[in-house]
Amino acid sequence: MLDIRDLTTSFGPVKALDGVTFTAPKGKITAVLGANGAGKTTLLRTVSGLIRPDRGSVHLDGQDLARMPAEKMPGLGLAHVPEGRGVITELTVEENLRLGGLGRADRSRPADFDRVYSIFPLLNDRRNAIAHVLSGGERQMLVIGRALMAEPKVLLLDEPSLGLAPRAVAQIFELVRGLAESEGLTVVLVEQNARSALSIADIGVVLNLGRLVAQDEATALAADEKLRHAYLGF
Amino acid sequence: MQQLLTTFLTGLTLGMVYAAFALALVLIWRSTRIVNFAQAPMAMITTYVALVIVDAGMSYWIGFAAALLSGLVLGAVIERVVIRPVEGKPEINAIILTLGLFVVIHAVAAIIFGSGFRSFPAPFGLRGFEAGGVTIALTGFAVFTICSVAVVMLLLVALFQHTDIGLKMRASAFNQEVSRMLGVKVTRMLTLGWALAAVVGSLSGLLIAGGSLVSPSYMDSVVVYGFVAAVLGGLDSPGGAVVGGLLLGVSLSFVSGYVGSDLVALASLAILIVVLLVRPAGLFSHATARRV
Repeated sequence: MLDIRDLTTSFGPVKALDGVTFTAPKGKITAVLGANGAGKTTLLRTVSGLIRPDRGSVHLDGQDLARMPAEKMPGLGLAHVPEGRGVITELTVEENLRLGGLGRADRSRPADFDRVYSIFPLLNDRRNAIAHVLSGGERQMLVIGRALMAEPKVLLLDEPSLGLAPRAVAQIFELVRGLAESEGLTVVLVEQNARSALSIADIGVVLNLGRLVAQDEATALAADEKLRHAYLGF
Repeated sequence: MQQLLTTFLTGLTLGMVYAAFALALVLIWRSTRIVNFAQAPMAMITTYVALVIVDAGMSYWIGFAAALLSGLVLGAVIERVVIRPVEGKPEINAIILTLGLFVVIHAVAAIIFGSGFRSFPAPFGLRGFEAGGVTIALTGFAVFTICSVAVVMLLLVALFQHTDIGLKMRASAFNQEVSRMLGVKVTRMLTLGWALAAVVGSLSGLLIAGGSLVSPSYMDSVVVYGFVAAVLGGLDSPGGAVVGGLLLGVSLSFVSGYVGSDLVALASLAILIVVLLVRPAGLFSHATARRV
């Protein structure tokens, strides 16, 4: 469970996040929705330590992660898949995965490549390829696989559907759904495409100009016509 | 025939030294986008460390090891103290700082060690091998030069390709933010990169100095050749730096042997200009056009 309280982040005089409070329950997918500039990416970057918040807390298993440096997060069970994918294109597929495994908390066992390769058999076929040659969908699989190598409790996913074909998006979403249900992974999913995000999420939170404006079951948000028109664009 | 072979071997030996120096530049460039102009005086000062130890009556090898070790420390300290504060600011700041360091280290060396020439020992003979009455210009020290640079390069390849720390260093060089998100302490990797680069630079300084004269400015021409070699191979490519160094060393040796030794500096400038015109990314840099 990821418990976010009163999280506030500014860029100079502009408040990009203003007192955001919500809880992402364990084993569920929480969709973070809103227009461009609503603060969705800033929220993830603040939670994962890339940006320092002005105030607020982010609790994971009783530990406050707010104001911890980004490089500590994988060891504390939090993995962040950034927008624009973040594959290190100069390294091979396997090196990217190895790098993911180096950050995990429990280093007593060897890193579990087989688990990731069984989830993404395609990566196994291309393990020695330079990541540079992968397609957009394959890169998305690689970054999610790399995040899983750290055996996280919480997965932050930033716009996984960006630039992907609808079929690839459906595949990725189905996979995330499966990870949440079968392994109890807590997923925070940031999406521009609110309709498809709500179709796989359990709960949704809606941001507007850095403030939380709605928070409910995903099905309830999808049914709320006024909210959809005002903030979600469908 | 004999002259041809001699010219080639001289070029190869010199090329290995340029390769080492170019490699030192590339190691820093690809992780921080800084051309470290202070590399030459950093190598120079570590050579003086070796000289002081040898002059005190200790063995060449103790001096050699001490110089490499002081290179390691010097590289790390300079990154931490001088470069770290301007990290994340425009690269020009750091580059000007390295130019400043160039001047400062020179001056400090002249104050401590004097600005005159001092002779530096070589651990092996400086005479060529004789084979069937023909002398080949491959001296014992040249063999040592080629072997020691080759060993250092193999060690670096092993480090970067086969160890976790090498993987973290490469990842930090390519993408700092993503590396941090994966738990890599990027700042530590940058310090380590500078330290390793300084060791390699220091090795090239020791090899240039061997059996020759050192003064605070004896490495300054090497920075030019090392830079040309690095650009020739592609500033991003360690393998390219090595090949660039060897190509440059051999070409310049032929210019010196067959055209005229006065033209060596001019020839290296000509090579630099041709490379920048024809293949500005260098002979071996990876294509970055398809960056999505």
